[in-house]
Amino acid sequence: MSKQPELMHNPTLTEEAAAALSRAGFSRRAFLFGTGALVVSFSMHGALETAAAQQNLFAGGTAGSPPLNELDSWIAIGADGAVTAYTGKSELGQGISTAQIQLVAEELCVPFERVKLIYSDTALTPDQGITSGSQSHPTNFNEKNLALAGATAREALIELASMRLGVAKDELVAMDGAVRGKSDASKKVSYGELVGGKKFELKLDPNAKRKPASEWTVLGTPARRPDLPAVVTGQFEFVHNVRLPGMLHGRVVRPPAVGAKVMSVDESSVQGIPGVVKVVVKNDFVGVVAEKPWQAIQAANKLKVNWSAGTGMPSHADFYNYLRTQQPVRDTLLVNSKDVDEKLGRAATVVKATYYYPNQMHGSMGTSCAVADVQGEKATLYSPTQGVWPVRNSTAILLGLKPENVHVIFKRGSGCYGLNAADTVTYDAALLSQAVGKPVRVQLSRKDEMAWGENYGFAFVMDERAGLDAQGNIIAWDHESWSANKGNRPGYTRPGNVITGELAGFAPEPFEARSPAPEPRAYTNNSNGVPSYVTGTVAGKAEGSGKVKAERSLTHNIPSPLFTAPLRSPARLQNTFAHESFMDELAARAKADPVEFRLRHLSDERLIAVVKAAAELANWETRPSPKQQTRRTGVVSGRGFSCVAYEGENGWAAMVADVEVNQDNGKVTVKRIFFSNDSGPISNPDGLRNQIEGGALQGMSRALGEEVTWDNEKVTSVDWQTYHSLPLGIEVPEFKVKLINRPDERATGAGETSITIVAAAIANAIFDATGARIRQAPFTSQRVKAALSESLSKA
Amino acid sequence: MSAINLKINGKVHAVDVDPTTPLLYVLSDDLALNGPKFGCGLGQCGACTVIMKGEAIRSCITPVKSVEGAEITTLEGIGTTEKLHPLQQAFIEEQAAQCGFCVNGVIMTAKAFLDKNPKASDQEIQQALSGVLCRCFTHVRMMRAIYRVRDGHGKEVAREAAAK
Repeated sequence: MSKQPELMHNPTLTEEAAAALSRAGFSRRAFLFGTGALVVSFSMHGALETAAAQQNLFAGGTAGSPPLNELDSWIAIGADGAVTAYTGKSELGQGISTAQIQLVAEELCVPFERVKLIYSDTALTPDQGITSGSQSHPTNFNEKNLALAGATAREALIELASMRLGVAKDELVAMDGAVRGKSDASKKVSYGELVGGKKFELKLDPNAKRKPASEWTVLGTPARRPDLPAVVTGQFEFVHNVRLPGMLHGRVVRPPAVGAKVMSVDESSVQGIPGVVKVVVKNDFVGVVAEKPWQAIQAANKLKVNWSAGTGMPSHADFYNYLRTQQPVRDTLLVNSKDVDEKLGRAATVVKATYYYPNQMHGSMGTSCAVADVQGEKATLYSPTQGVWPVRNSTAILLGLKPENVHVIFKRGSGCYGLNAADTVTYDAALLSQAVGKPVRVQLSRKDEMAWGENYGFAFVMDERAGLDAQGNIIAWDHESWSANKGNRPGYTRPGNVITGELAGFAPEPFEARSPAPEPRAYTNNSNGVPSYVTGTVAGKAEGSGKVKAERSLTHNIPSPLFTAPLRSPARLQNTFAHESFMDELAARAKADPVEFRLRHLSDERLIAVVKAAAELANWETRPSPKQQTRRTGVVSGRGFSCVAYEGENGWAAMVADVEVNQDNGKVTVKRIFFSNDSGPISNPDGLRNQIEGGALQGMSRALGEEVTWDNEKVTSVDWQTYHSLPLGIEVPEFKVKLINRPDERATGAGETSITIVAAAIANAIFDATGARIRQAPFTSQRVKAALSESLSKA
Repeated sequence: MSAINLKINGKVHAVDVDPTTPLLYVLSDDLALNGPKFGCGLGQCGACTVIMKGEAIRSCITPVKSVEGAEITTLEGIGTTEKLHPLQQAFIEEQAAQCGFCVNGVIMTAKAFLDKNPKASDQEIQQALSGVLCRCFTHVRMMRAIYRVRDGHGKEVAREAAAK
């Protein structure tokens, strides 16, 4: 292979990748260093770049995007008065499209049914980055974007009506798709008559007045999802159902071991298999294209590829120790009052504990699928991606096309919960289609999805250390964590951040070591690395939610052997599992009631309110944990508490889990969940409940059974026998949910609050029931039994 | 390749395919049906479920040749948006979906089971769905929707809707 000299010259790009880049019109320098404003990506260590990127995008968006500051980018009114709204935030199953329709209907004063929402198509919709991070509703609901477009359009329509009717603006009201006189209802003109079929040609007006919650008629009431009738009758078109004329079917052939390289491919091994169109090899990317899916599968199974040995995997059994001991590291301090050790030295009691959380999968129900039609210099992609504009640019780089020649159309995939294999399979389809010049559909196998498709959720080791004074109050809290990552969302410029991009010759974003960590300059708790009970003081300003002044939160990041990326509540869930379990351990040590002990150390009113609400919902009995149990066999029950200020200020939630523990076989059953949630003003109460219920049960499945496993060369959790998801036929816990509505606050995220606090609530309930503390997820029967015997031997 | 006659949702279709092809691929690719879905290809998740002779079967692991001539029903065959099956109606009433990818497996498995066991207990229904996954974990609503049909509420709702 001829790539060696280039590799030596430039470690992050193969020659082939560099050539593709240059064909796409990107300079290598721009690729290597152009990761600034345009990259909307998750960052584990430090602030989310999304907000900053949104700021930049607001001015104009990616080249080619409908401008974000123009009304016509967001709203169109037809001659019949029908409203079409355009958004860059996709319906992934989370219900966001319903809430966005409600929002537009409300601001424009039209019925829900009259709004058609078009989302995520680079030919039609503005670039709003990625649909992720509990940011979609806040982005479109708060002061700008879709909400501001709705308000701007309403005011513009009233202004036009005022001129048309000769009535002063303040004498007019918008109602049911028309503007009419407040006192004289005969003065009336419909939206269709005012602007039907024409453009507004207006900028978004930052001073346009939003409708106050007190006047809402569509927002704030349960709205039914418009997609469900098609979904339940098999009429809905998922990306899996996109069928283009002349479409072929592709199948990828992934390496047998992590890091294995293609040495040679024997194309004759698939000769004679009916329907085979082409074997495609590009660097270490290998695939087969055939006329029918079953033919492609058979050809892929039979294709003889000679692979080099892999680079090897660290021992799975010893992985947490590996995380702790690797060098070099990238260190980040979130808070550091610099008196933690001194305070701990003076504490009456010092408590220490270590918590472990594994790599987990998005594990989508359907394997990822995409359809690409690459013809010469132009490409059309049907993709379940969370970001059509980023995928447009990154695929352009991958294929060596100009971004403006790539059209990406979002089509719903199976629920993704973060970066599953959606982007990777889009690249798979694009590479195969480019090779044959015809439309190609690719759907991954279950094994390829789980072992060679997705970027996993982060594994974490977390040390907690705290000091209690003689009265049992916390006087210092130290949190230190270790985790690993490789790749990420590709953003606009990094196809190598997912597997297919790397196989095709593009490097993941480079690891940049940094130790010791610089002192924090501004407070951010996007990762929930800072526990809720400390002051969160940076540069003299306390922005946390608690009262403990001596505080430190330090994270160490190392390169991961496997690809990783955001999985619903990334890092936040792991850190919260540690903080909320540890808080329970501290309460037990102080012989205090877990709720009272939390309230004693909290200062944030909204967090305090959800804590009290969950306790009230559960009829919480004030007493310390564990419950006095005499029985050491059979089934015992207990209750556990947990809470979070999600990302510090992006949603507040608390819960009580009632569990039963079978002490003979270690089985844990969650019987009841009492949940309180504050996500600001509630747009669709039923949609919010659906998210809370689903998030809590997904969190329960992750806490009880889910773990990515591997041997010394590859991932071994490759199907639903080896990766354990709770099936539908479980005894579903009884739910009681209290929604706290705050109509005058900003909207916050709602998709990740519940999942974040479940693991700790269950672990705390196991402790309450049995006196045994489980500090490693998932809480399998074996681990619960081990914790029970350890607790017995200590007693 | 061989010519195979399939009876799908009351219609006969002649297809010319490799007889070892799993039924699912023929339904999705040759007959353009969107109901049955590929989830795992291993019979582990239920997404591909269709009903054959009253039994829920996993079409992703069923060779097409083996079901030649048998009466097969897919999600499209049990109801339409104009005339919903009680389970479909109950799923809408309960808003029992998130991404919706698993819905085919849940409804078809529940239908085959309830048709035979109309008075099944909650535990028996849970047992019947112990091999079906929903990764969005819409369990609360989906189970409520199924119990509702078992209890007769879904049928009433469907009748009311039909009467309107």
